[in-house]
Amino acid sequence: MSFEAVIGLEVHAQLLTRSKLFCGCATAFGASPNVHTCEVCLGMPGALPVLNREAVTLAVRAALALDCTVHERSQWARKNYFYPDLPKGYQISQFDRPLATHGHLDLEVEGSARTIDILRIHMEEDAGKNVHDDVLAGSRSYVDFNRGGVPLIEIVGAPQIRSGAEAAAYMRELRRTLRFLDVCDGNLEEGSLRCDANVSIRKVGATTLGTRTELKNINSFRFVAAAIDFEIHRQIAVVEAGDAVVQETRLWDAQAKVTRAMRSKEEAHDYRYFPDPDLPDLVLTAAAIHSARATLPELPAAKKERFVDALGLTAYDAALLTEEPELCRFFEAAVAGHKNAKGIANWILNELLREARGQPLAALKLTPESLAELVRLIDDGTISGKIAKDLFAELVTAGGAPAALVKERGLAQLVDTAGIEATVDAVLAANAGSVAAYRAGKTNILGFLVGQVMKASGGKANPKIVNEVLRRRLG
Amino acid sequence: MTALCDLSLTALSRALARGEHESSAATEACLARAADTKGLGAYLLIDAEGARRQAAAADLRCRAGQRLGPLDGVPLALKDIFLTAGLKTTCGSRILEDFVAPYDATVVRRLKDAGAVVLGKLSMDEFAMGSSNEHCAFGPAKNPWDPTRVPGGSSGGSAVAVASGSAFAALGTDTGGSIRQPAALCGVVGLKPTYGRVSRYGVIAFASSLDQVGPITKDVSDCALLLETIAGHDPKDSTSAPVLAASATEGLEAGVKGLKLGVPKEYFVAGIDPEVRTAVERAIATYAGLGADIVEVSLPHTEYAIATYYLIATAEASSNLARYDGVRFGLRRDPGRGVRDMYLQTRARGFGPEVKRRIVLGTYVLSAGYYEAYYDRAQKVRTLIRRDFAAAFAKADLLVTPTSPTPAFRLGARLADPLQMYLADIFTVGCNLAGIPGLSLPCGFANDGMPIGLQLLGPAWSEATLTRAGRAYEREHDWSRRRPPLARP
Repeated sequence: MSFEAVIGLEVHAQLLTRSKLFCGCATAFGASPNVHTCEVCLGMPGALPVLNREAVTLAVRAALALDCTVHERSQWARKNYFYPDLPKGYQISQFDRPLATHGHLDLEVEGSARTIDILRIHMEEDAGKNVHDDVLAGSRSYVDFNRGGVPLIEIVGAPQIRSGAEAAAYMRELRRTLRFLDVCDGNLEEGSLRCDANVSIRKVGATTLGTRTELKNINSFRFVAAAIDFEIHRQIAVVEAGDAVVQETRLWDAQAKVTRAMRSKEEAHDYRYFPDPDLPDLVLTAAAIHSARATLPELPAAKKERFVDALGLTAYDAALLTEEPELCRFFEAAVAGHKNAKGIANWILNELLREARGQPLAALKLTPESLAELVRLIDDGTISGKIAKDLFAELVTAGGAPAALVKERGLAQLVDTAGIEATVDAVLAANAGSVAAYRAGKTNILGFLVGQVMKASGGKANPKIVNEVLRRRLG
Repeated sequence: MTALCDLSLTALSRALARGEHESSAATEACLARAADTKGLGAYLLIDAEGARRQAAAADLRCRAGQRLGPLDGVPLALKDIFLTAGLKTTCGSRILEDFVAPYDATVVRRLKDAGAVVLGKLSMDEFAMGSSNEHCAFGPAKNPWDPTRVPGGSSGGSAVAVASGSAFAALGTDTGGSIRQPAALCGVVGLKPTYGRVSRYGVIAFASSLDQVGPITKDVSDCALLLETIAGHDPKDSTSAPVLAASATEGLEAGVKGLKLGVPKEYFVAGIDPEVRTAVERAIATYAGLGADIVEVSLPHTEYAIATYYLIATAEASSNLARYDGVRFGLRRDPGRGVRDMYLQTRARGFGPEVKRRIVLGTYVLSAGYYEAYYDRAQKVRTLIRRDFAAAFAKADLLVTPTSPTPAFRLGARLADPLQMYLADIFTVGCNLAGIPGLSLPCGFANDGMPIGLQLLGPAWSEATLTRAGRAYEREHDWSRRRPPLARP
């Protein structure tokens, strides 16, 4: 019997705002517990929420980039449940009138194109974090509310994914899109991008859905595919053994590489959603939505296409350059300074990434402008590739303006033929044996002689002219 | 001679401005009256030291010719639902018995900025749930006209303090009548402003779409003055409206000539006490005599108002009260058997029976399978009730009704029968459901000496018309100037 998997992903993305969704507290990660809190995000009596419009701007941008219909009127709803990390006893979310619906995400899985529909995108506030500290006496627990009230969007994908690999590709494409939009930093480990997966299986050809399980705690890209594939195989084994899949929430155990059922008691929720009476409906004018659409930045897929079509990059290089927004911005800023896109791409992908050694590009002293200048100096013959490489290493660690450095240190190539001729003559005189060997037919010795001339010129002689002069003299 | 604390707020304010009295003396008079009338249970907390300090500061300002405005130096008190930084704010509940407010409610801040002296915190039904003040976890407040009777609720302590002279005015909150009904039962003036007119920030929520803050005062002029100070847009409350409504103090004396007053026929049917009916009809006759046009109007969905109100209010309350879980503040009962048990014990011990009843009711109303039949349906009826009022206001500028169907009832008389208690709000809940303003003012006394209240209802943002009409009536009678026997020196 052969089965297929039906997978739908619910992704929570933390919006890159400075302050929380309903109060002015900072969203910064990594502060001491409960530093970024106030009466509103602690759910103190009498405190009321006030919407952060910046969060709406980011959410709308994400929704439009995923080609959703953004609704002119959406509604805040309370999701009621008790949990120590939920200060008000309810989460402010959106329920039957979400911000946006009917979008899609295009992705490439192992070379072929796939489209996954986005059912809805809604906004909500994050909960705090329970801290269980075994070091302290007893079995006390603490709660850190720094994260409580941080703005999230939940992106609910249609159950159209068929494998762990597709799920991982979906997550990567979504992450890349959100990062290029400056909507979310996409950091799974810090929890700014979180993924829950609804997984079920059915016989190939069946049209009804099987009983699904919900996978939580998938907090790394490596785990997305692994957790889902494990769960698919587990469900197949259950069915093949003649049992039925139980609808439950399961956690991915990254150590043991298995999914485990949560205690069912913890998930028997009736959230009693109802419209939040503390907040008016979220109203967006058609004009505001239109202008948000008009000012959407170019998305990575479109950039990739343009880099190939208009800038002449290989598809491979274009893909690499559109993976990370920081790299892509560096590339585009450099190309803005000098039109040799291929040259700049090569320098970035070969030299820059190696020199960066995983540091953020912003930490390097080299600016896109100085890279552009460096490549221009090569392209107009002012410096040799060798000089450029030496200079590059220095620019990365110490910075500086390439043209000024070349001038200051006299690094410009010698293009004066008479001068080069004199150097060539001196080298030929000093290497009579090699000259004889060349003339005897050992022509590959030319490379050695070029090297000697270059060395004698301190690397500055134009290699092309050196070659010409040598051939003429030896000819 | 009248005791200092029996002056109206307006009279005291003028005397302070002219240097005839000092805030400190007025404050001492209120504190002394509060001590004399301690048995009425108006106050849950008296901040004598803080009040004296504020009064002294006000006197200094006044002497230096730097009086901040009409409320500077006026001793007021607050229903214990308003967060008041540094003071215990209990909301009449065990669950907040030791809760010291970490910040000031916006209205408290506005009063302090205006120089008002905060005397203390006033008794109330727990979480504002009740119509008799008997659901206060710290004992009932009593009606100053007859201490064997209830003062009304939930802002019972506020009405008692103002009626008995232990505060020149008080702030209350009104979710279904909680300002107007106790004002009526204690013979004072109470205003529930338009929803959104006064900030709810820092006011402990009962039912967010219905709650509104308002003044309880000795007369209508005081009411207009206090409203001016507390009203206005607050960026911290998203439901507070950025509307510049007409001033309630200007044109207060302009009278009612030509004003169309609607009498809703559904408010004069079964269940209304004959003495209340007679008093209200006399008030209507007074208005006619003052040149108002009296027209009959209809509010056809009135009979559904109580049911609608109790579905919506309890639904919202069940969610608003979820934050009292023992985790971050307030009472915590933790037997050490895990968080679930901590929730159960904390809430079982912290909440009184009426609050529990409403949480259970509200939770049920929102539950899967019942939401459409109850909550959703109630919202639809709420819309119909709103339309009723809109239609009535197409025919009349204001509506005239009784505030409460009966004068104050005896303590304990309705405790065993919640439904009977809920009916005390029958004429007041419509106003909250529609979000419109309502004013209650004294319109006479029953044969047994208990005050009777008249209710004026107006369209949204019509507070100025309400107080003008209230003032016109008040000038014709001395009901507002009568003081209960206990308050006489």
